Amino acid sequence: MPEKLIFEISKKGKAGATLPHSEVPSLNPSDYLEEHLLRKNEIGLPEVSEVEAMRHFVNLSTKNHHVDKGFYPLGSCTMKYNPKINEKIAMMDGFSGLHPLSPPDCSQGALQIMRELDQYLCEIGGMDAVTLQPAAGAHGELTGLLIIRAHHIKNGNPRKKVLIPDSSHGTNPASINFAGYEPIQIQSGEGGLVDLARLETALNPEVAAIMITNPNTLGLFEKDILKVSELAHRYGVQMYMDGANLNACMGIVRPGDVGFDVVHFNLHKTFSTPHGGGGPGSGPVGVKAHLKPYLPLPVIEEKEGKLSLNYDRPESIGKIQAFWGAFGVMVKAYTYIRMLGAEGLKKTSEDAVLNANYLYALIKEYYDLGYPGTPMHEFVVSGLRYRNKGVKTLDIAKRLLDFGYHAPTIYFPLIVSEALMIEPTETESKDSIEDYARVLIEIAREAETNPQKLHDAPFNTPVRRLDERKAATDLILTWKDLKKNAK
Amino acid sequence: MLIPDNLKYTKEHEWVKADGGTAIIGITDYAQQELGDVVFVELPGVGESVEQMKAFGTIEAVKAVSDIFSPLTGKITEVNTQLESSPGIMNEDPYGEGWIIKIEISNPSEVDKLLSPADYKELVGE
Repeated sequence: MPEKLIFEISKKGKAGATLPHSEVPSLNPSDYLEEHLLRKNEIGLPEVSEVEAMRHFVNLSTKNHHVDKGFYPLGSCTMKYNPKINEKIAMMDGFSGLHPLSPPDCSQGALQIMRELDQYLCEIGGMDAVTLQPAAGAHGELTGLLIIRAHHIKNGNPRKKVLIPDSSHGTNPASINFAGYEPIQIQSGEGGLVDLARLETALNPEVAAIMITNPNTLGLFEKDILKVSELAHRYGVQMYMDGANLNACMGIVRPGDVGFDVVHFNLHKTFSTPHGGGGPGSGPVGVKAHLKPYLPLPVIEEKEGKLSLNYDRPESIGKIQAFWGAFGVMVKAYTYIRMLGAEGLKKTSEDAVLNANYLYALIKEYYDLGYPGTPMHEFVVSGLRYRNKGVKTLDIAKRLLDFGYHAPTIYFPLIVSEALMIEPTETESKDSIEDYARVLIEIAREAETNPQKLHDAPFNTPVRRLDERKAATDLILTWKDLKKNAK
Repeated sequence: MLIPDNLKYTKEHEWVKADGGTAIIGITDYAQQELGDVVFVELPGVGESVEQMKAFGTIEAVKAVSDIFSPLTGKITEVNTQLESSPGIMNEDPYGEGWIIKIEISNPSEVDKLLSPADYKELVGE
């Protein structure tokens, strides 16, 4: 049964606290405020007791799936376990209570965390400078592209186009448009990698940049990346790396060393902070030295042993975020990096790749790899072989929920039909990977023997199969909308 | 999967019903199955020109957003505005109620270059 809304539990006059009788006489607002400032309707907040409020939200939370509750192999999202020490450090009074407008003299500790984090990211990414401001990955993409644009304008021509492989993240073409460029898609080669011949024909002096995710969205490492960089740089085309999949290569390969000029980091993915409804993102952008003048304002600088915020940077693309970015996320990512150290980060990536390959090896008799090759930290398989039983990938994904597992990413990347994109991450044990494989195999068998069961799934969730069209078109997002609809 | 014999097709999964100087255009049964539930259709206006294999609209489905390509060059004479309020008819009846535009064909020789039902069947592996 669906949980009641808190508004539906509400009864007039109920309260969570009893206040003592006030000695201050109450005043009539209309004696002091102008007519247009007075509220005309009821405030409309729910009225419940403390225990009702508590039960309501605890009950809701038990219906949620999250990484603290179970395996969450949502491909491309890096749903690794977030160590609780990150939270503990970020919640320290000095960090959580700091006002964003505290003058630098009163926030040297926070500035030091930010400065050290940007140095760590420079080291991990092989970059020369980092801005921590972007609010998440796509915002990082936009920031990076605006930096590239500023660089080309400085050289006399902003250029017109940005190249992307057809396996790229959906946010890439959107960011390209936002930055005032035209996205040009390059069809992947047979192996699912960037096709050098097609790339070469697409390159010309009107191309501002090429955006590449490496490993790409098929989980395959772009083995020709050095050649791609060399071709791009011949035309002054800037190499942008979407760092969504950085979890596969920390301490193993640095984007800056293989020719990338710009990279964004998803702190919330690779550096273990809660995301996907669990918390805000953070998408710092790293650049090579020639792009440093264009970084957003302000940048943190050290002078005579003191850290300060420098706004005097005439070539900067300007401010891209209120205040300084998602500071709490920065503290968590900083903690994660310090807890693991260089060796630990490298081991993290090695284990992420090992886990993905182990899971793939366990299920490969039942699901076909989207493109041939050795996957890195995630892999894409196709459910196409069950189509003749009338079973779609969506059915497989829904059935997984019955076993208490989150479904993988489905129908992405678009170049694999009936795609299932699975990313177990390094934090899963051998046992949990084996159990997930067992369930995937059981579902594959059901697809052969009892396809109807998959059409009807899920059975064990709080609500059954949802009407996806209705969910996308008939939007009732607030209590007010619901009341209006009922009328 | 339905592939009616009286239509012509494109490799981008549109169908064409050419009749003299006019043509009706829609997406195939295969296309609607691949897209999943259609939730929004962005349509062009009557009187606008379309060019062969250039995008003239967008289909947003639960799985993906996809361009609609015009199989032929011509001028739009009618638009299926019912798709704006009930995009689901594209799934339910792709060759009938779910048609997208009617055009006046500019270049009749383009019609011959479209895929036959047999060619299209081969393309989608039926």
